[in-house]
Amino acid sequence: MSVEVRNVSKAYGSFQAVQDVSLEISTGELAALLGPSGSGKTTLLRLIAGLEKTDRGNIFFKGEDATNQSARERKVGFVFQHYALFRHMNIFNNVAFGLQVRPRKNRPSKKEIRERVFELLKLVQLEGFAERKPSQLSGGQRQRVALARALAIEPEVLLLDEPFGALDAKVRQELRRWLRDLHDRLNITTVFVTHDQEEALEMADRIVVMNEGKVEQTGTPEQVYHAPANPFVCSFLGRANLFRARVPGDQAADSMEIGYIRPHEIQVSMHRYDRTSVPSVINHIYTVGPTVRLEMTRMDTGEPFEAEMGRERFQELGVRAGETVFADLGDLKLFGTKPGGNPGMNYRPVRQMQSVGADVQPANR
Amino acid sequence: MSYAGTERPKASMKRFVRHNDESPWVRWTLTGVALVFLGLFLVVPLLAVFAEAFKKGWETYMASISEPDTLAAVKLTLLTAAIAVPLNLVFGIAAAWCIAKFHFKGKNLLMTLIDLPFAVSPVISGLIFVLMFGAHGILGPLLGSLGIRIIFAVPGIILVTVFVTFPFIARELIPVMQAQGTEEEQAAVTLGANGWQTLFRITLPNVKWGLLYGVILCNARAMGEFGAVSVVSGHIRGMTNTIPLHVEILYNEYNFAAAFAVASLLAFLALVTLVLKCALEWKSDRSRRQERMR
Repeated sequence: MSVEVRNVSKAYGSFQAVQDVSLEISTGELAALLGPSGSGKTTLLRLIAGLEKTDRGNIFFKGEDATNQSARERKVGFVFQHYALFRHMNIFNNVAFGLQVRPRKNRPSKKEIRERVFELLKLVQLEGFAERKPSQLSGGQRQRVALARALAIEPEVLLLDEPFGALDAKVRQELRRWLRDLHDRLNITTVFVTHDQEEALEMADRIVVMNEGKVEQTGTPEQVYHAPANPFVCSFLGRANLFRARVPGDQAADSMEIGYIRPHEIQVSMHRYDRTSVPSVINHIYTVGPTVRLEMTRMDTGEPFEAEMGRERFQELGVRAGETVFADLGDLKLFGTKPGGNPGMNYRPVRQMQSVGADVQPANR
Repeated sequence: MSYAGTERPKASMKRFVRHNDESPWVRWTLTGVALVFLGLFLVVPLLAVFAEAFKKGWETYMASISEPDTLAAVKLTLLTAAIAVPLNLVFGIAAAWCIAKFHFKGKNLLMTLIDLPFAVSPVISGLIFVLMFGAHGILGPLLGSLGIRIIFAVPGIILVTVFVTFPFIARELIPVMQAQGTEEEQAAVTLGANGWQTLFRITLPNVKWGLLYGVILCNARAMGEFGAVSVVSGHIRGMTNTIPLHVEILYNEYNFAAAFAVASLLAFLALVTLVLKCALEWKSDRSRRQERMR
């Protein structure tokens, strides 16, 4: 079932949580609402679920206006951040709840409910846990119960609020893969909220990047990562160095624009190869597993930035903190370059730059 | 007295033990003072009630509590509690539910109103009802012309009891419900439950210990209420006397044995209430601890 949000706004008192947001999620898609805390992503999810009322705008399910429907009528599966399992019920009754509360004429028989619940428990790999109470399960297990409970009502849309937020790193990794597989198998239109860019990039078909109640960019993981629309998207999805660069204009009128370069795109060497190489001092060296991160300062402008390289390359260079090296900023890209366009086009303005960012400004990472 | 010492982590224990470990002399004195106080003010009076009640033997005791007027008082007390407690159960749940789970204007006012019966003296509560329903009251003449008597009759006793015991259940439930938040209810709604299903299957089971505790306290007060009931009852023997009023009458007639015998019934009820309360606290504590285990 497709979901469409059209010009939706929501305020809590004077705080504008969601501002004129529009987006479309097509049937069977796995979409991520990504943004920092307070960006309105959870509010948007709750608006879609009907747990909050919109101030303005409309929400459509399958092209039908559902704005005035209650959460109960919308029949979406909702998984809460802290699972909200019914603590006084065992796992079986938790999962069966959605079926048990149906009006008598639509309610499956006890036997059917039982079969359905065990089917779902099998799906989430918790068959042996039917008699346990939620308090007797681990975080990851509770998460899966919450999912089974939401799936029991056979929703056409599944909404997950920070589904892995409360889990430790390893369990999170496993559950991500598992949920992605499950989505591919069941093919339910799914929207999940996350503040973890890695999670969004890894799982989603489409990412909606939000900030301060607005949508900054919508696109495939490829698009939002490799062709970010603006500095916010760029710095939120992975690390980025932002420089202001002079771009030669058509009629000799140069314009100043903000460009970005990811730390791993910066080539560090001992010698100057190109015009775009700038001498820089290494301030700190951090080793993060297989990658080495260099914190540097440009000698021409005094701006700090960050470069990243493999461990091998670092050993080859043999540099130490305090030494001066050349950093090639030739890969600097401008915002708003068309995703999937000719890559050459993306680079050209940068290559033609007259010294990368002669007056370079905020290195706002 | 050495509580701080036992709860601190091991590393810092040595340093703190000495500061908090009072000398045995101080410890025993303090404990002793507390115990003597408890004994003088709580245990001795309670024992005195039973001692006085049984002073003239088992037969006199049985005779005084099986006297018709006493039985009438017991019946009236039970009837009052049987009506007041369920009514306050419904009111209390409704009030707590809307205060704890919803946001609306005037919420603070509602909470203040719920506390009103606690704030005013029971005698005043009784007088309010006399002013409302008495022969010269606002509604009294109208109801009187319809043949309905409220003051100096059973309905008045029940009304003031409901009024005086109103806050117990709501007060007990509001903090428990607020602590539990609304996420489970929201989950129930997204799963298709309607309001009643959410209330009976999610909200109430989650607050069952608080609810029971509130009912026990409410019941104890409903049976023991004196001031307000005394104002509206009219003290008609065998008709409008509840147990506490009956005890007072007997006592004023110097019929000490009977007064204490009937009082022992109330005291016994209080003991049962305390035991139940302890058992509940222990049970809910245990279930809470189990929840926190993981």
